[in-house]
Amino acid sequence: MSKIIKLKQGLDINLVGEAQRSVGQTVAATEVSLKPADFACLKPHLEVKVGDKVKAGSVLFTDKNRPEVRFCSPVSGEVTEVRRAERRRITDVVVKADGQNDFEKFDTSKASSKDGAKALLLQSGLWPYLRQRPFNIVADPSQDAKAVYISTFDSAPLAADYQFVLKDRLADFQAGIDLLSKIAPVYVGYDAKISGNIFANVKNATITGFEGPHPAGNAGVQINHVCPVNKGEQVIVVNPQDVAIIGRLAKDGIYDAKKTIAVAGSKVKSPAYVSTVANASISGIIAGNYDATDARIIGGNVLTGTKLDDKGYVGFYDNEITIIPEGNYYDFFGWALPGLKKYSFSHTFFSWLSPKRKYDLDTNTHGEKRAYVVTGTFEKLVPMDIYPLQLIKAILAENIELMEELGIYEVAEEDFALCEFADTSKTDIQAIIRKGLDLMVQETM
Amino acid sequence: MESLRKYLDKIKPNFEEGGKHPKLKSTFEAFESFLFVPNETTGAKGAHIRDAVDLKRTITMVIIALLPALFFGMWNVGYWHHAMTGEEAGFFSNLFYGLGQVLPIIAVSYISGLFLEFMFAQIRKEQVNEGFLATGLLIPMIVPVDCPLWMVAVATMFAVLIGKEVFGGTGMNIVNPALLARAFLFFAYPGKMSGDKVWVAGYGDADKVVDGFSGATPLGELAHGTAFDALTAGNEQLSVLDMFLGYMPGSIGETSTLCILIGAIFLICTGVASWKIMFSGVLGVLAMGALLNVFGTEAYTQIPFWSHLLLGGFAFGIVFMATDPVTAAQTETGKWIYGFLIGVVAILVRVVNPAFPEGVMLAILLMNVCAPLIDHIVVRQNVNRRLNRAKAAVASK
Repeated sequence: MSKIIKLKQGLDINLVGEAQRSVGQTVAATEVSLKPADFACLKPHLEVKVGDKVKAGSVLFTDKNRPEVRFCSPVSGEVTEVRRAERRRITDVVVKADGQNDFEKFDTSKASSKDGAKALLLQSGLWPYLRQRPFNIVADPSQDAKAVYISTFDSAPLAADYQFVLKDRLADFQAGIDLLSKIAPVYVGYDAKISGNIFANVKNATITGFEGPHPAGNAGVQINHVCPVNKGEQVIVVNPQDVAIIGRLAKDGIYDAKKTIAVAGSKVKSPAYVSTVANASISGIIAGNYDATDARIIGGNVLTGTKLDDKGYVGFYDNEITIIPEGNYYDFFGWALPGLKKYSFSHTFFSWLSPKRKYDLDTNTHGEKRAYVVTGTFEKLVPMDIYPLQLIKAILAENIELMEELGIYEVAEEDFALCEFADTSKTDIQAIIRKGLDLMVQETM
Repeated sequence: MESLRKYLDKIKPNFEEGGKHPKLKSTFEAFESFLFVPNETTGAKGAHIRDAVDLKRTITMVIIALLPALFFGMWNVGYWHHAMTGEEAGFFSNLFYGLGQVLPIIAVSYISGLFLEFMFAQIRKEQVNEGFLATGLLIPMIVPVDCPLWMVAVATMFAVLIGKEVFGGTGMNIVNPALLARAFLFFAYPGKMSGDKVWVAGYGDADKVVDGFSGATPLGELAHGTAFDALTAGNEQLSVLDMFLGYMPGSIGETSTLCILIGAIFLICTGVASWKIMFSGVLGVLAMGALLNVFGTEAYTQIPFWSHLLLGGFAFGIVFMATDPVTAAQTETGKWIYGFLIGVVAILVRVVNPAFPEGVMLAILLMNVCAPLIDHIVVRQNVNRRLNRAKAAVASK
């Protein structure tokens, strides 16, 4: 019987537009794009040019600082475009799919050793699916990891449900764990609220159940309770769906980027799951299925995602697309009225009297940036042994030593997403955390 | 609404850089965002949805919580004035008399403070923070009703300038600005801030006073050696219920423990103020009061330990002043320590130090200064836990 950890702090925001547990359609991606911006602190080195033919698993770019880390095409086809922003920074490497599904073949025979497993993942371009704590960046392959951690549920609002997504891919998932266990001991966290959880019986891993509101599903939060990261240590984090992709590699020696993506949010006409490939163009996925007037399309969930335009691409680590209304309106005396329909974590609006209600929230900030005044809110939202406000202030002061003492090695942006949501002062806390992590990367790596 | 919005959009360019009145940009924005919550949307990365609460809403909650005590205070001002002159007066004439006395103080406090706030916001090219809207109402509620208006103005401006803006403005101050204003008055103009004659409107220059009318606060009488039983015994005297309801002279908003309690419940329900500070503060008072009951020898030390909660400014201070999140301890454990020590120090100063009839103001100011130290000690526990864990990990390898 596995251990169950109950977390008290956090908040479940009930939003309308949850994806129905059915695969609405299968969208064969016509175009995919790998975006270097999906990987914090990455300096890409381009390995292809426009017009090159690639297979699924052919390298597109590598990491300038660690050339062994390869970023590979998820489909076979032709490199059609390399988009750049100011100072020639690469934003997209676009591959037009040819529909042939030609795979690079990788040799899996040596994967039974630690070095062999690492080499296979690096060679096939699947290594970037492994992110590390500290710093929430692509794992450094030269370091010996203390653990590999997989949280099998995402507790964020409208997030993809892996119980559904992976229900037919458990064998791949298990094969992925088996391969990852060569690198370091694998830990799996599962949602203890779900009876008959399909992940509660995986083998070759230490299993822990978690109960509690969001962010109980965040890997960082679970790691803090199961195998906390100390200075100098590395814990690798992998998303469950990516574990299944790794499993497919272990079994068949190919990068099969097939992915099931949730399309959710109040602007979506029929929220459901879509079967497609990683990094696919979203235009085929959402076309005709959403109300495009004043819509915010988000790659990822509403708390941590990235704004996309309607021709954007699914992010490397994203498992859902969320579409909600933009909030570009003025609200007459909005701060003064009782606010029965306004959602707030605080009890300053009467809506707290109806906790079960589902909300259709938009992107309005509901106020302007102010100095930090209110205290005690963040502590109710971060279920880790960490002082959030003090850490944020240490980052703002760029006090490296203090950041280290207060646990910067244990956190990722997403662990502070709820703080950003609930912050009375409307500061961009996740950007502050990322700034702190970037600073630590510069200092220590 | 629409036409108002259109009008604002029309005049907005006047206040931008290069417009007619660029120096009034912060002022315009303050009024605009007062009328309309802006149409700002969230950034491209991060949380795309935001909580409905903002600083305006939070401060509004504080102001609502202050209203019962404020209205009672106004009535109480009228009541004691009429008790002094011996005039018969009904509920409304008491209230209206008080309104006439208190409203000018509120107006002066807001005008003098907001003038500086707007000015500093413009100099810093920032938006006006709403924090002063609470401070500006707190100051009138903690001064004696006979405090001259110019003193209120000077104290308010001192508090905003020296208490807040020199440290960087809202959120950066070390001590509570409203209490600093009071401390400034107390030490600069003690004659107008203490004694027996300042607590009742018009007492200082009254021609005719009812025989036997004292006008002293109960704390003042206790400090002069009146026994608690003598204070509360008899028909004409102050009963414990009167103390709870607030029928006694004192600073404008501080007398009614009942009204302050209503405000406290509101603040706790809305989550705006920390119940931990309030609760531990009450514990601190009870503990210190009981300690004095046991070991004290003088009459003042022997008043019932619970009566301290009903007298003087403690209730108001712990509910509305000590809970100011900027100057209080910011860690949850720290809040327990901070509140408790305020209670202890307040009663210690009140009873043991003859120079000060009331200790709440000094206790909160002292603990404001100590709050960062308390937080430091609390946070160090967390740091040490992390260090020890890392050491153990190294040792086990």
